[in-house]
Amino acid sequence: MRSFISGNDAVAAAVRLAAPEVISAYPITPQTTVIERLAEYVESGGLDAEYIHVESEHSAMSAAMGASLAGVRTFTATSSQGLLYMAELLPYAAGGRFPIVMMNANRSLALPWNIYGDQRDSLSQLDCGWIQAYAENAQEALDMTLMAYYIAENERVRVPFMVNLDGFHLTHTYEVVEIPSQKQADEFLPRFETENKIDFDRPKNFGFSAGPDWNAQFHREHHEAMLRSTQVIAEAEDKFARIFGRKYSGALDAYRCDDAEYILVTLGCVSGICRQVTDALREEGVRAGVLRIRYMRPFALDEIRAILAPARASAVLEKDISFGNAGTVFTNVGAAAMNVIGGLGGADISREHVRSIFVRLKNGENGVIWL
Amino acid sequence: MAVSVKNLDSREFFFGHKACAGCGGSLAVRIALKVLGARAVAVLPAGCMSAVGFNFPQLAFSNNALITPFAATASVMTGIEAGLRRRGEIAHVVGFAGDGGTADIGLQALSGAIDRGDNLIYICYDNEAYMNTGIQKSGLTPFGARTTTTPITGSVRRKKDMLAIVAANGAEYAASASVGYLDDYVTKIEKAAAKPGFKYIHVIAPCPTGWGIKTNETIEIAREAVDVGLWRLREYENGQWLENCAPSRPEDLVKHLTRQGRFSALDTDKLEETKNV
Repeated sequence: MRSFISGNDAVAAAVRLAAPEVISAYPITPQTTVIERLAEYVESGGLDAEYIHVESEHSAMSAAMGASLAGVRTFTATSSQGLLYMAELLPYAAGGRFPIVMMNANRSLALPWNIYGDQRDSLSQLDCGWIQAYAENAQEALDMTLMAYYIAENERVRVPFMVNLDGFHLTHTYEVVEIPSQKQADEFLPRFETENKIDFDRPKNFGFSAGPDWNAQFHREHHEAMLRSTQVIAEAEDKFARIFGRKYSGALDAYRCDDAEYILVTLGCVSGICRQVTDALREEGVRAGVLRIRYMRPFALDEIRAILAPARASAVLEKDISFGNAGTVFTNVGAAAMNVIGGLGGADISREHVRSIFVRLKNGENGVIWL
Repeated sequence: MAVSVKNLDSREFFFGHKACAGCGGSLAVRIALKVLGARAVAVLPAGCMSAVGFNFPQLAFSNNALITPFAATASVMTGIEAGLRRRGEIAHVVGFAGDGGTADIGLQALSGAIDRGDNLIYICYDNEAYMNTGIQKSGLTPFGARTTTTPITGSVRRKKDMLAIVAANGAEYAASASVGYLDDYVTKIEKAAAKPGFKYIHVIAPCPTGWGIKTNETIEIAREAVDVGLWRLREYENGQWLENCAPSRPEDLVKHLTRQGRFSALDTDKLEETKNV
């Protein structure tokens, strides 16, 4: 069914199809319409789930962990200050290997206060042990959310999954979205089964301490699961394409990069206008390309470097700054000459801005540049 | 038949842990699980009982149990209860949080769970300071008690009244208890287990290390606190308060305080003042 809906609506639609049994929710702009839609679904009987009105994001993630420990599928959503308020719980949920799916509406961090979109919230949490994916449009947000359950819950992964949408630019922009049928969703998404749950026949202790003798072993297993998730992401996308007819490209989405002399690395919904500018530059004889990162964790470092290596120069455009250093995407990529900081606090990134980045690349500029 | 200390379950659900000798908190956990049985899920935040009970691979709970983040006892319990209900599992979800985990850092999540009326049993084992980290003052440290963060004068504030706070938030049942009066404690746990909604039991649990008492005095001190009227046994039920017993020897209050090392900062005047707070 094709519908004209927002990015947040698309996430809510995907969650309804995935049918989590427990949803814990605390409102924060610009995430709110996701949890409002889900409340409507639950109250109207369109979604059979426990909807827990928690009193904070800290409790939203805590309740999601508890429900996951009870062995059921869960969902929660947050943004910005809320993500940071639950930051203590993020490594906890990951270390406990609870395959929680959470939507994060990317939003700036205070101070100064700002409700608009940038990516400083989620990028500050890269090391918490979650899979982190970034959608570009509402259709991808829906599809990514469905796939998030497949990937997170897979027995070779068992790691929580954060689906990121640019605040307002994506969460509140209306687009035509294909909403799959429940039958298709059920064909795609297996039932959630796990051994890592409360069991009265074989009682277990969870969330325990592990001293120096054991600690690294748990972290290494977690790390290896994250690495294995690359394979599971590919499997999920293959199966998704067979059922829904839409094919995604794993960790990266490379556009006209094969013969590109100048490549712009991007994250999230700004990628669309970067491709438009690329097309325009190509017509003017400039061999431009765009490399959109879809997954920040697991991170496709080798593939990124292989794509960037033949180019003359590349830049990372990101809505983030690690104060005193550079943008976090730039430092992760490690192979780009220039780091363009833009879009902070919802600032517009125009086609002219993007064109100017390619011009500066051609002129041999490098280092951290503010739009 | 009502459960009493005479017919308690002979099985042990919490053993092989490394709690200090004379620990009141570990007794509170052990006895509560004997009342609630094998289908209890024990939820413990950071604190003494989680520190002594969950050291992989030496795991001390024979039922399902977990450590939660410090502030998250009640909210993790909420998620577990909802998830188990979805699975059709009948179980008691029981929390064991210390005084700091309850009255300080865990208070917000506790309030949320009470507000939702979640079907949970929350037990605060109160040893009146952050004992796990080395005896620092909490919101439930009593007036005059020396801790490592009130090292000279002792605490200048009285304990928060957690029972009143919990009742005001709308709990179904709230009760105070003492590890010195186990029959009363056991009866209250059994009562809580039979009720729907949010139940709260606040059990005073002496800590020899932090209180400056001998390891064989835990029970005696826990009884005496009730007898001298310092720790009142009360219940809140159907919107009504009930005093379970009157202090049997209020005249021994000063004697009760002076035998505990933690009250050594109290001079004669302050000891008199204690009678008023």
